[in-house]
Amino acid sequence: MNNNSVKDRILTTLGNNKVVVLFVLLCIAAIWASGSPLTFVGGELFTRIGRNGFTVLALLIPVLAGMGLNFGITIGAVAAQFAMFWVIYWGFTGLSGWLLALVLATPIAMFLGYLVGALFNRMKGSEMIAGLVLGYFADGIYQFIFLFVIGGIIPMSEASGMIINGGVGVKNTIDLTGNLKYALDNVSMLNLALVAFIVAIVVAIARVVLASRKGEKPNYKQSLILAVVAVVLYALTYVPAIEHFLAADRLRLMNAVMIALAAVVIKQLIDIVVFKLGKAKRDYKVKKSIALIIVCAIFYALTYIPAIEQVLMWVSIPVATYLAIVALCFFNSWLLRTRLGQDMRTVGQSRTVANAAGINVDRTRIIAMVLSTVLACWGQLIYLQNIGTFSTYGAHTQVGQFAIAALLVGGASVRKATNKQAIIGVILFHTLFIVAPQAGKELFNNAQLGEYFRVFVAYGVIAVSLAMHAWKTIPKKKEEEKTEETTETPAITEA
Amino acid sequence: MNNGGIKKMVDSIGLPRLIITGFFIILLIAAAPLGLSIPALLGDCIRRWGMYGILVLAMVPAVQCGIGLNFGISLGIVSGLLGALVTIEMKIANPWAAMFLAMAIGTVLASLIGIGYGFLLNRLKGSEMTVSTYVGFSIIAFMNIMWLSLPFKSGEIIWPLGGQGMRNTINLASSFGEVLNNTAGFYIGSDLFIPTGLIIFFLLMCLVVYLFMRSKIGMAMSSAGANPAFARSTGINVDKMRILGTAVSTALAAIGIITYAQSYGFLQLYNAPLMMGFHCVAAVLIGGATVSRAKISHVLIGTFLFQGILAVALPVVNKILPESNLSDIIRIIISNGIILYALSKTKGGRGSE
Repeated sequence: MNNNSVKDRILTTLGNNKVVVLFVLLCIAAIWASGSPLTFVGGELFTRIGRNGFTVLALLIPVLAGMGLNFGITIGAVAAQFAMFWVIYWGFTGLSGWLLALVLATPIAMFLGYLVGALFNRMKGSEMIAGLVLGYFADGIYQFIFLFVIGGIIPMSEASGMIINGGVGVKNTIDLTGNLKYALDNVSMLNLALVAFIVAIVVAIARVVLASRKGEKPNYKQSLILAVVAVVLYALTYVPAIEHFLAADRLRLMNAVMIALAAVVIKQLIDIVVFKLGKAKRDYKVKKSIALIIVCAIFYALTYIPAIEQVLMWVSIPVATYLAIVALCFFNSWLLRTRLGQDMRTVGQSRTVANAAGINVDRTRIIAMVLSTVLACWGQLIYLQNIGTFSTYGAHTQVGQFAIAALLVGGASVRKATNKQAIIGVILFHTLFIVAPQAGKELFNNAQLGEYFRVFVAYGVIAVSLAMHAWKTIPKKKEEEKTEETTETPAITEA
Repeated sequence: MNNGGIKKMVDSIGLPRLIITGFFIILLIAAAPLGLSIPALLGDCIRRWGMYGILVLAMVPAVQCGIGLNFGISLGIVSGLLGALVTIEMKIANPWAAMFLAMAIGTVLASLIGIGYGFLLNRLKGSEMTVSTYVGFSIIAFMNIMWLSLPFKSGEIIWPLGGQGMRNTINLASSFGEVLNNTAGFYIGSDLFIPTGLIIFFLLMCLVVYLFMRSKIGMAMSSAGANPAFARSTGINVDKMRILGTAVSTALAAIGIITYAQSYGFLQLYNAPLMMGFHCVAAVLIGGATVSRAKISHVLIGTFLFQGILAVALPVVNKILPESNLSDIIRIIISNGIILYALSKTKGGRGSE
């Protein structure tokens, strides 16, 4: 490998990630200008990743299905808030209350998601503008319900303290302290371990039962191993030292990093051993594993830099929330490997081809919207329990805007978005959000300026990204125009 | 009369227009027993009709030239605001001179921006509406930064002691506030005020646009929007026509916001014009326009119905439910509902592939 090609490769990587590079530089400059201590920025940032990460990840499925950036996730947020209101009104608290809100909100979100999907099928190609307008429209309906129907038509008790004096309409803000605040964030690791243990046992039993029902010979050995591993791991939590460690609900970032690094290293070591035994998959490369282990070592070394160490020791993350985000990442990549995910990808690439291949285009698109709406709904529930005050008429209005801007900052486009881009995007966008007012104050002696600047960034990045997407697709379109005119007809009549 | 006849009539007027007209009439009927003065309400409708009319008129050249509903009229709006600010800064005493200078500056700025914007939109055929919405939002956010930092000095514009940047609302009393409204304005009875100057100016602008659309170049523009392939074959430069339409639309928005501001009596900066594009789009759609076709009559009818409902709904609703913002909610639901309806009526299946 000569120098030239390395240089070329670095340049192309940078070129392909222009947006990310630009925002990394912008973030560094803003942090430097604001003069905020890194511990403050880090703490705020990890709170915000937990708060918003889930919603941003909820955007990925419609992109896969070729429906662009789902501005309609506002609808999911509205469903979440509707359920949450009733849960608080009925006086439920803590995790059980939060889970009840989840159970209530999910069917509403599914139903609304279905409607949105059906509507989008009537306006293929204009999903984004339709989603945006739909978000505003839903906001109108939501306001109508919360200001007039609740109290006006449905009699409400004012004793709850959530109703405007006079008995009609819901108050502007609902305090979640003492009921749902940190409902999910405060789930301790011990409880999570218990849940994981139960799930593992249930899975082990279900596998045996299902297999024997189908008339196949159950794989007793595999299920037994799973159950035994689960029991052993769960038994470990009774060791006092481990129990003490797991009793907390927040994990110090330093420990989280160590666990993650250890997990990666162990995984790679197992892969290498499997490879040596000659049982590895065909496309496996030892080089890659070794490289990953080296990267982990470098990361470990980095934690000894005082500035980084300080941040890592200072920040602690809510475990349950972060696990939910990680689970959604796995769900998104798992979906890609399923039949449904493949159908979505085909529909996203060309509805004509999908139609010809016998895929029900409209149905696939509706499923994508239902999934995205439900996920956005859960994301909003996570957001609200973390932020701790439920701003009745404001919490959902910017959900779509900010989530989409974050995703785009991470380098995603209208046609392609990955878990990685979503996470990077959340980090960069929210770093800018945290430091912009302070930077504005330091640079121009005006905090308001920084605040306007970050709003401008949110809108601007969406505008530029949409424009770039349209720009790129035009030449392609011209080439395909002739074939498209004739072949697209079935997709239209289908609609 | 048979059912077929009724159906034909509904089709020709359009279901949404029928519903909204019905709603408007119901509101008016409801107003009388509530003790509201019908003439005063009608006067308010007429004032708002003239006030918003030119902004809605800006949709016509945009739709006709083929860029679709122009959510990006914010570009024209901020140009108009800048023009008005410059005239206030110059302290021109004569209200007419102040207004026309503001319009002139606004129009020139808006035309230049509109031409650039037209070039951009030519590269984005098929996704103009999505992009223009966000370009509109971005320019408002960008101008928020500008309103804070542009070096205007006049005491009318900037915050008094202590504050930074320009005020949220700037009083036009010493400039061109209500100059059109009060010209030859008169009362019918005791409540119904007719802002003659405003109405005449609005109708005049409609006539100008009508003549422009009927001129040779206007016809060429319309055909470029209606059928680009055919227009190209007859030797019309489609891209140039689209740029022209965008520029005219943006310039009209600049004139429109100044007309609006003089009638309102205040200049509104910062986020006030953020959703104005949506309201204008909704108004022209209520008037019967589609994503690909808009006429002056759509502007006249649509603005009257949309603004009329808002003008009547506010006092009526306040009588029934005091201190509520139901009229605001009605506005949100109607304006976004009608846009959704119009979008669902466009041909599905074309687009990003």
